[in-house]
Amino acid sequence: MVALHTAVLTKGVPDFREGQVSFDEEGHLERGKTPTVMNPNDRFALEAALQTRVRHGGTVSVMSMGPPGYKDVLREAMETVYADDLYLASDREMAAADTWATAITLSTALEKLGGLDLVIAGFKTADGETGHTGPQACWALDLPIVTHVVALDVDPEAERIRAKRLVEGDIEEIETVEAPLPAFVVTDPEFDPSYRTAGDRLELKDLREETQKRAENFEDHLTTWDHEALNLDPDYIGLDGSPTIVSSVDPIPKAPAEREATMVDPDDEEGMQEILETVQPFAGGD
Amino acid sequence: MSDEHEHYEAVVVGAGPGGAAAAAALANYGVETLVLERGVDAGSKNVSGGLIYAEESAPYTIDDLFPDFREEASERPVTEYYLHNVAGDKVKTVDITDLHEHDTEWSDSVLRRRMDSWLAERVHEMTRETGGGLLTDVRVNGLLREGGEIVGVTCDEVDPIRADLVVAADGVNSELARDAGLMDWEDPEEWFQGVKAVVDMPPEVVADRFDVGEDEGVAHLFSGDLFEDVRGGGFLYTNEDSVSIGTVFHLNSLVAERAEPHELLDALLTHPLLAQWLGDDYEEREYSAKLVPDSKKVALKEPHEGRLVVVGDAAGQMQAQGPIIKGMNHAVSAGALAAEAFAEAKSRDDPSSAGRRYAKKLRSEGVMKKLRPPQYRAVSALGERDAVTNVVDGVLTSGVGRTAIKALSGQLDRLFGSPFLTSMVPDTRTSYVTLPTIIAEELGTPVREESTVEPPTLADRIGDLTYDTDIGNPHIRLVDNSVDASGAAVSACPVSAQDFGGGCYREETVTSNGDEERVVSLDTQPCVECGTCAVVADTEWEHPRGGKGVEFREG
Repeated sequence: MVALHTAVLTKGVPDFREGQVSFDEEGHLERGKTPTVMNPNDRFALEAALQTRVRHGGTVSVMSMGPPGYKDVLREAMETVYADDLYLASDREMAAADTWATAITLSTALEKLGGLDLVIAGFKTADGETGHTGPQACWALDLPIVTHVVALDVDPEAERIRAKRLVEGDIEEIETVEAPLPAFVVTDPEFDPSYRTAGDRLELKDLREETQKRAENFEDHLTTWDHEALNLDPDYIGLDGSPTIVSSVDPIPKAPAEREATMVDPDDEEGMQEILETVQPFAGGD
Repeated sequence: MSDEHEHYEAVVVGAGPGGAAAAAALANYGVETLVLERGVDAGSKNVSGGLIYAEESAPYTIDDLFPDFREEASERPVTEYYLHNVAGDKVKTVDITDLHEHDTEWSDSVLRRRMDSWLAERVHEMTRETGGGLLTDVRVNGLLREGGEIVGVTCDEVDPIRADLVVAADGVNSELARDAGLMDWEDPEEWFQGVKAVVDMPPEVVADRFDVGEDEGVAHLFSGDLFEDVRGGGFLYTNEDSVSIGTVFHLNSLVAERAEPHELLDALLTHPLLAQWLGDDYEEREYSAKLVPDSKKVALKEPHEGRLVVVGDAAGQMQAQGPIIKGMNHAVSAGALAAEAFAEAKSRDDPSSAGRRYAKKLRSEGVMKKLRPPQYRAVSALGERDAVTNVVDGVLTSGVGRTAIKALSGQLDRLFGSPFLTSMVPDTRTSYVTLPTIIAEELGTPVREESTVEPPTLADRIGDLTYDTDIGNPHIRLVDNSVDASGAAVSACPVSAQDFGGGCYREETVTSNGDEERVVSLDTQPCVECGTCAVVADTEWEHPRGGKGVEFREG
C-alpha cells in the first residue's frame, strides 16, 4: 500500500449549546436564528483520521451533504482538526433527504472520490440522533464496519485495522476487533487519540499549522458535486428518494421542577434563622 | 527495550530563556534538538520580576540569538532607575541609573508569557530545521538511565527518549537537577521568594504618571521598614501597558518572621509613595509567585553529570546582589555556552566531555564570577554573623552612625552606584532594613500623597488565576503533617495564609480519641508551583503533568 486515503463524513447541525440555540414558544427549533456548526461527535471521527495521518501519512478528505452553507462546516472541520481536501454534495434535488437517501448520496460521492482505504463517521448527529446514515452508507459501499471505536491502530503493510470498541451492556467492556482494509469505522465519543512519541507530536504540530493556513483559502480545496456530477437519479435522492414518513413531531414537555424553593432575603434575620433550624438536623452529615 | 526508544541528538527540557538559548544555539550548530515544555504554552509556568539584561561582558545576549527580541518580545527599556529608602512615610530616593548601566548594553522589562511564547515560536522554527522541534504539554519527569549512566529523559506524556545531550533548563524546581543529585530543596537560607502583581495601566497613563516616552521606562526599588524586619525589598517596573510590582524576600527571613508574602506585597502597594503611580484606578491583572535561588550560595560549580548539563535557575544561576537582580541573562549565557560545549565536544569526537567543557566556559567567560563573587565571600564570612549584624546595627542607629550617614549624604548616589561595593553587600538586616531606614529617617522627606489602593484579597487573587486541575492526581504530597515539620508553609506559601481556608496549606485541629492535635493539611488546587513548600515543609514535590496546573497569562 502506498499511502492511506481516509474520508471522514460530517454534517452541519444546529448549535445546541446554551446561548446559541433558539426555540419558538411552542418549543420548535428556530433554524434561522440558530447557527449551524459541525456535528460535535464528528470531531472524534476527524481525530481518528488525523491520528492515522500522523502515524502513517497519506491524505484525509472530509465530505458532507447539505446546502451551500455547509461549506462553513467543512471549513470548521479543516480548521479545527485536519483535512487535505473537502467535498460537498449539494443540490436542491438532494434537499429534505432522510437517512436512506442521504446514505445513497454519500456512498455514491465516496465511490466517485475513489481509492479509499478508510471511511470514518462520528457517532450520531446532534439533531437527528438516528445513527443510521453511516452504517447505511457502509452497507451501500459493501465495506466491513466497526462501530463504537475508542482506539484505532492501522497497519498499512498488512492492510488491516485493529480497533478497540466500547461495548455497553450491564457493564462497559472494551472489545478488540480486526478488519481488513478498506473498512468503515464509526468513532465513539470516548475516542481518545494517542501520541506517545515526540516524533508523532511534532508531526501533529506541523499538520495543525499547515491545515490552519490551508483553511484560510479553504474554497480552493473544496469540490462541490450536484446530482448530475454524481450521476444520481433525482427520484432516488432528496425528498423523493426518502421512504421515511414523519407523521408528527411532539415538543418535549418541560421537566417538572423537582424541588420546592422558598426565597429568603439574606438580610431577613428571622428567615435566615428558619433556614438554620431547617438544615440543623442534617449538619451531622447523616 | 532501548532500541525502540526515540533518539534525538539533544533534548532540552524547559522553554524559558535558558532552554530557548540552548536550543537556538544548538540549532545554529546543526544539532538535532528536541525541546520539551510542560506548560500549555511556553511562559505559562514562568514568572520573573522582570528585567532582562544584555551585559556588555556577557558571552551571549538574548538578542544575539534572537535578533528581533527587543521589538517583538520585551516591554520597555529601563532608562531611569531609582532606589527608595523608606522609613514610615519618609523617603530618601537615590538615583542608581549609573549602577544599573554599569556593564549594561541594554535592559528591558519583560512579561514572561509574551516573551517566552515568542521565543518558543522562533525556537520551534529553528529546531524543526534540524529534525527536532518544540513541544508543549509534555512534562519530563526524570532521567533515563542505562547501567547507571544518564542516556535520556522519561516523560509523563510520551515514551522515554534517548539523547546524547540533555539540557536541564527546567527552572528553579528542576526535577532533573534533583534526580541527578545536583540540587536539593533543603535550606531556606539558599532561597528568595518573590511575589508580584501585574497592574493594568494604559500606555498613555504610564507615560503620564512616570513621565516617560514611548520607548522609555522606569525601574524603582524599595527598601527600609516597609516590611518590618523581613529581609528583602520591593520593585516596580513599567511595561508597555501595565506595571509589575513585587516584593522579594529571603525565604529564611519570611519563615522566621512568619510573614505572609501577599501582605508584604500589599504593604508596598498601599504605601503612600506609590500613590503617585497607582492613582485611584488600581486594577490587578495577575498575582504570581516564584522561588529564586541565591546564586552566591547555590550556583552549581559543576552543573553537569554525564550527558546532563544544567542551565539557568535549575543550576542556581540567579544573581541577586543588593539592588541588582539578574537571572535571565545568565540563563541565556549558560544555555548558549552549553550548546557551544556540546558542539565542540562533538567535533572532537568526545561527546562525553560536553559537561566538563560547559563548566569550564562558565568560568572562563566570567559567568561564574558574577554568580559567586569572590569579594562577597570575603565579606559575608564576617558580615552575616548575627553578633556582627547586631553591633553594626547598634552603631548605625546610634547618634554616631546617624551623624555619619548625614555626612555621607552628598555621596549616597556614588556609594549606591558602586558595582564593587554592591557585590560585597552582605545579606543581613543591616543592608536590607537598618541602613535604608536610617537613611530615610535622617535624610528623607515625608510623602504627602495618600494611597487609595485596595489590593484584592488572596481569595480573589487565586480566583482570578487560570488552572487546569489534574483532579485526583495531586502533584505535592505532604509527608509529615505535623506543625513542626510543615507549619511554616501555611504562612510562607504565597497562596496560603493563617486563618484562610481557601489556600494550599492550612492548620487544623484534629480530635481523635479525645486528644486534640494541630496538624497541617494540603489542597494543591490553588498551587502556583513556586516550590516554597518543598523547602519549608516536608513534602514530596513534583510538577503537575503536562498542561495541568496553573497557567499564567502575564508571568
